[in-house]
Amino acid sequence: MAPVQVSGPVLTVRRVDAYHALTVVAPAIATEFRPGQFVTVAVGGPESSMLLRRAFSIHDVRPDHGGTIEFVFEANGPGTQWLAGRRSRDLLDVVGPLGRPFPLPREPVSCLLIGSGHHSTALFPLADRLRERGGQIDFMLGAASADRVFGSLRARRTARSATIATDDGSLGARGPITGMLSQVIHEARTDLIYASAPLPVLREVVALAGRYDLPVQALVEQPTACGTGVCMSCVLPVLGSDGITRIARACTDGPVFRADLVRWDDVGTVPFDALGAPGWKPPRVAPAPRAPRGSAHGG
Amino acid sequence: MAADLRARLGHVELPSPILTAAGCAGTGRELAQYIDVAKIGAVVTKSIMLDPRAGRPSPRTAETAGGLLSSVGLQGPGIDAFLQRDLAWLLSRGARAVVSIAGSSPGEYAELAVRLSDAAGVTAIELNLSCPNVEGRGRDFASEPDAAAQVVESVRAAARYDIPVIAKLAPDVADIVTVARACTAAGADALSMINTVPGMVIDTTTMRPALAGGAGGLSGPAIRPIAVRSIWRTRQALPEVPIIGIGGVRTGRDALELILAGATLVGVGTVIFHDPSACARIQRELEDELTARNIDRVTDVTGLAHQPTAPALRRPIP
Ligand SMILES: Cc1cc2nc3c(=O)[nH]c(=O)nc-3n(C[C@H](O)[C@H](O)[C@H](O)COP(=O)(O)O)c2cc1C
Repeated sequence: MAPVQVSGPVLTVRRVDAYHALTVVAPAIATEFRPGQFVTVAVGGPESSMLLRRAFSIHDVRPDHGGTIEFVFEANGPGTQWLAGRRSRDLLDVVGPLGRPFPLPREPVSCLLIGSGHHSTALFPLADRLRERGGQIDFMLGAASADRVFGSLRARRTARSATIATDDGSLGARGPITGMLSQVIHEARTDLIYASAPLPVLREVVALAGRYDLPVQALVEQPTACGTGVCMSCVLPVLGSDGITRIARACTDGPVFRADLVRWDDVGTVPFDALGAPGWKPPRVAPAPRAPRGSAHGG
Repeated sequence: MAADLRARLGHVELPSPILTAAGCAGTGRELAQYIDVAKIGAVVTKSIMLDPRAGRPSPRTAETAGGLLSSVGLQGPGIDAFLQRDLAWLLSRGARAVVSIAGSSPGEYAELAVRLSDAAGVTAIELNLSCPNVEGRGRDFASEPDAAAQVVESVRAAARYDIPVIAKLAPDVADIVTVARACTAAGADALSMINTVPGMVIDTTTMRPALAGGAGGLSGPAIRPIAVRSIWRTRQALPEVPIIGIGGVRTGRDALELILAGATLVGVGTVIFHDPSACARIQRELEDELTARNIDRVTDVTGLAHQPTAPALRRPIP
C-alpha cells in the first residue's frame, strides 16, 4: 500500500533509558504498517530551519484511537531534541509507512534477531509477527552500555532466548554482540537471521553468517533527507538479480536488504563496476544475466 | 472568485505556474503517492544524460540553517531507460514533462535534444548548464556566456522547432545578466534560475567535510534572496524573456515573491524533501494569496515589483 502524509496528534513522549519513545495517532499508517517499515517526521514546526525529515523505524503499532504508531530515538541533535519536547496533542507531520518490510519465511523456522542500540526497535514488531506464524525466535541485543540496550525485557518475554552484550559489561556479557554469534547460532539451530544495527555491526554479522551459509535480512539505516526516494542521499551499492551493481536507495529499495546482495565493503563509495560509474561504458549488446554472487560480499 | 492560476510554457497551457525543480522530484512516481502530478504546472525531470550515471559517493547531503548542501552528481538512468520508463510513465499520468538534460559538450546536449524531439509529448527541454565543459577548461557552461550560448545554439538547431528550450543558469557568476543575454541571443525561449549556490559544510565531530565530495550546492529557503535578485536583474534587462524562478520556495507567498520579481513560472526543489505534497500545497496557497489581494490572474503580477509604485490594493492584505 502507498504511504500517506498525515498530521497526527502526539499521544505520549516517554523516556526509555537513554532514548525517547514517541507515540502518535496515525490510523492510516498503523493499519498498513509491516515490520521493518519506517516513518519520516518533519521537525521544528512549519517555519523550521531544519529542512530534512527525520526517519525512524516503527517500533510498535496499537489499535487505540483508531491506530497509533510508536518510534524510538536518541535526542542527540536539534531535530530529535525538538521531538523529545513534544507534548500530548501537539500535531506531528508524519509520512509512512515507508520502505520494503522484512520478508517473512513461509515455513515456521528458527529465526535469530540481532539488534544494536536503538536499531533494535524495528525487530520487536517483527518478532510478534514471526511468533504468530509459529516460528522459533532468539534475540541478541547489544549496545555500548546497559541504558542503551533497547527492549531487553520484551526480548526475554517474546523469545526462546535473549543474549545481551554491552561494550562496558554493564548488562550481559562484556564485548561486542557479534562475539557471541557463533555460539547462539549453534545452540539455537538458527535457519535465518534478521539484523538491524549500524553498518560495522551488520558487516560483521553478515561475514559470520556467511560461514554458516545462513541467509541474513539486514535493515540498513543510511542518512536520508526525504525518505520518499527523491533526494538520492541514502544510497549504497547493491547487486541486482542480473548481476549488475546499482547505486540503490536505502529508503525505497530497502531499508531491508538481502544481505548477500549488498556490497558491504563498498558502502559509501561508487564501485568501479557499478552501473554508470566513472569510466563505465554501456555494453554494446545486452550481457547474458549472471547469477548473484551469493554471500561472497559478506567479508 | 478564486484567482486564475493558468500559465503558459511555449504553446502549452499549464494549469498553474508551479513546477517541480530539476532533480528534486525523482521520476515523478515517488511524488504521485502524495500529489496528482497532472494537476501541477509540470514535472521537471532530473537532468538526463546520454548514459546511465552512478553519481557521487556518499554522504551526499548535509542540513544547513534553512538549507541543504548536496552533491548527488546527476545519478540517473541515461536517455534510453528514461524515454522507455520514466517519460512514458509521466505522460501516461497526464503530467506535462519538462525534460532537463546535461552533457559535457554542446554535441552531447544536441544529441539528447534529438532523442527528445523524436519522442512524443515533451513539453520543453531545460538545459542544466551547471556541468563542466570538457572541451573548454573544465569550467561549467553556465559560468561562461560563450560556452552557455554554444550549448543553447546546438540544442536549438537540433530540437524540434516547437519544443521550447530553457537555459538554466547558475548564480555564482560575475554577472548573470550577461549569461542570460548570451543564452537568449543564441535562441533560448526561456531562462530558469537559479541552480544551487556553491557551499561547504565541515562536520565538527569527524573534523572533515560533511560531504564525500567536499563541496556541494546549497539550496532551500536560505538561498531565496539570491534567486530573487537574479530574477529581478534579468527581468529588468530582458523584460520579454519568460523566467522560471527557482530557489528556496516553501510557501505560496514565496512563489508570489519570485513572480513579483519577474518569474512567469516557479520551480519547487528542496522543500519537496521536507514536504512531499509541497507543490500542490504551494499552488493552493498561491491561489489564496492572489485571491486575498483581489488579483484575478497570476499572469497580471509577473514582474509587478518593478513598477515604481505598487498599484493600490482594493482589499487589505490579510
Ligand atoms: C538533491 C538535488 C538535486 C538536484 N538535481 C538537479 C538536476 O539534476 N538538474 C538541475 O538542473 N538542477 C538540480 N538541482 C537544483 C534544483 O533544481 C534547484 O535549482 C535548486 O535546488 C534551488 O531550488 P530549491 O531551493 O527550491 O531547491 C538539484 C538540487 C538538489 C537539492
